[in-house]
Amino acid sequence: MKLTGSQIVAEVLLEHGVDVVFGYPGGTALNIYDELYKYSDRIRHVRTADEQGASYAADGYARATGKTGVMMSTSGPGATNLVTGLATSYMDSIPVVAITSNVPDSLIGKDSFQEISITNVTMPITKHNFFVNRIEDLADCLRKAFQIAQSGRRGPVLVDITKDVTAASTEYQHQEPLPLKEKPVISEEDARKAAKMINDAERPVVYAGGGVIASGAEELLRELCRKADIPVVHTLMACGVLPSDDPLCLGMVGMHGSIAANRAVDHADLVIALGARFSDRVALNPQKFARRARILQVDVDKSEVDKNVQVDMAVVGDDKSFLEKVTPLVDGAKHTEWHERVLNWETKHRYPEDPDASLHPSEIMKIISDYTDSDTYYVTDVGQHQMWAAQYINHRSANHFITSGGLGTMGFGYGAAIGAKIGKPEEQVVMITGDGSFNMDLNEVITAIREKLPIVTVLLNNNVLGMVYQWQTIFYDKRYSTTINDNGIDYLKVAEGFGAKGYRCSTPEEFDAAFKEAQNSDVPVWIECLISPEERVLPMIPGGKTVDDMIIN
Amino acid sequence: MYKPLTKNIVSVLVLNKANVLARVVGMFGQRGFNIDSLTVSATNDPTISRITIVFDARATSMQQIITQTEKLEVVKSVTVLTRENGLYRDMLLMKVQARPEDRQAIKNIVDIYRGRIVDLSRDSLIVELTGTPNKINGFIDVMADYNIQEVCRTGITAIEVAENIGEGDRDD
Repeated sequence: MKLTGSQIVAEVLLEHGVDVVFGYPGGTALNIYDELYKYSDRIRHVRTADEQGASYAADGYARATGKTGVMMSTSGPGATNLVTGLATSYMDSIPVVAITSNVPDSLIGKDSFQEISITNVTMPITKHNFFVNRIEDLADCLRKAFQIAQSGRRGPVLVDITKDVTAASTEYQHQEPLPLKEKPVISEEDARKAAKMINDAERPVVYAGGGVIASGAEELLRELCRKADIPVVHTLMACGVLPSDDPLCLGMVGMHGSIAANRAVDHADLVIALGARFSDRVALNPQKFARRARILQVDVDKSEVDKNVQVDMAVVGDDKSFLEKVTPLVDGAKHTEWHERVLNWETKHRYPEDPDASLHPSEIMKIISDYTDSDTYYVTDVGQHQMWAAQYINHRSANHFITSGGLGTMGFGYGAAIGAKIGKPEEQVVMITGDGSFNMDLNEVITAIREKLPIVTVLLNNNVLGMVYQWQTIFYDKRYSTTINDNGIDYLKVAEGFGAKGYRCSTPEEFDAAFKEAQNSDVPVWIECLISPEERVLPMIPGGKTVDDMIIN
Repeated sequence: MYKPLTKNIVSVLVLNKANVLARVVGMFGQRGFNIDSLTVSATNDPTISRITIVFDARATSMQQIITQTEKLEVVKSVTVLTRENGLYRDMLLMKVQARPEDRQAIKNIVDIYRGRIVDLSRDSLIVELTGTPNKINGFIDVMADYNIQEVCRTGITAIEVAENIGEGDRDD
């Protein structure tokens, strides 16, 4: 069967079960968009406010569903607008495929209108990318892109197609998706050794990262930890890997982690790192991280071994396979003394909040938790609100906390919430943001309204860029360089202008009532919560320091 | 003057496609490694190229750059070459001022190093010399007595030897 390049794009998407793409049209993408028009009964195209929103939406969709998120854009500025989203996906290992069009091959390299070598631009932030200027290569490149995105440690792949290829024709044959590349196999010997390390430990702790979520290993992790009585600390990416109220869950570890989690790692004699990468926000001082412990590291990506912290034993493989093999070899145990010691460190300390404020971040997160359940997706932007959400939301399921961890992308939230809601239309999606981030991404409410997505946004408005403001307060002698938001934006009017609905509240009671009402809205809603700029994210371990230097109040 | 065998050398087999060199070199740059020399060319299999990279690294970061490079889709294999398992060559072209009265002396030196004079003009000549990097360094050192006008080196190209006999910088 002879098909055009644009038809092949659509057909290969269908081969991979893609029924939704996020994107924005443009000159070089006209042929592809013409074909999407004809395929609109099978492929839903969600046009976002800009391509950046599309990149976050594809990412949020992938995080919520586990499927590959697909984004599309035209050449030049369309393609460069995808860059921050691709980098976000890259840092958090999220499977997405970006399909960009480029100028016709005859115009490549001539600084043509809207020409950018997006493959060169995205080289360091994609697992791989393809430049397709021959129609014969198109289907295979697209298929490989899906294969690479989902294989091993997942991540973004970009396929750039010249416009002439989208119009040319070639033979096309339907194919099943390529099998994923084989995972590293965990040897029996490694499994025995790892089990022995666990059995020999008196003060073990699991340090769980996004890899546990990516491999769908949270149930197996819970099984291991209950069997061997091992407390768990988790990274930002692994919020919900154990329910927040599970006695074995010590909370988040690292810069803004709990006292219990950071002390547990500091005093443990064995740290079992599962799909976690010892980043500088966790191992703030890599020489002193887990200084009394042997470290057992499990990661599907060999290059993570010994990257930031030298470990005693490394197993290259995914967390699910590891736990399947190792848990049966681990003895049932009770680490009563260790457990009591760990629990004596406050896990969920109520940290000091501004006494003059009438509405505190912790109260907001508690009310959100009360009105939502284990199926709710919590999506955040980046900053103080993100940390408060990680700390205070009652996480009940793995994979339901959608946040930009590695890259820390402000403005990620709204697009990601749109992707999550489209991927999981039956579930509630709550977007938690701050005024700084929201000012970056509120234009995406346009998409939410067009697509009829009743996303509830909780806007913590302190009229400052809170996280930077906090650092300026602590480390820069209160010189608030460019961090004050004193524009006096009326977010209720803004909502009205877009056709959304806005609430404003300054007490827990008002927020409670507003949130309850907002949940039943059939249009996008935001609830502006007026909070104090003096609220801080605590505890805090400054970069390069250890748990001994923790700022608690 | 670099002394290559105190440096790290890796031989990277890659798909012979557009932009592949940029991916590999880009990886070194992103991860903070400075490349001292680089050679690249197709192998006997025209679909595969070999990139030989000389760079500085500590043992831990060495493992890091190798495993990161191995992850690139276009990379088939990364081999670390050592003094024992590798054979190294470097090629030099040198233009040196040579008045008629200097020519014979220069030719004697070039002969000792088993190089060749490949071009001669009224007051300069060009020497071609292939050998281990140490030998080339030695030659440049000796020639310092003359007015060297231009020097161009290919950088190291290297290949794994069949058996671990002797030293990697064995002479040619």
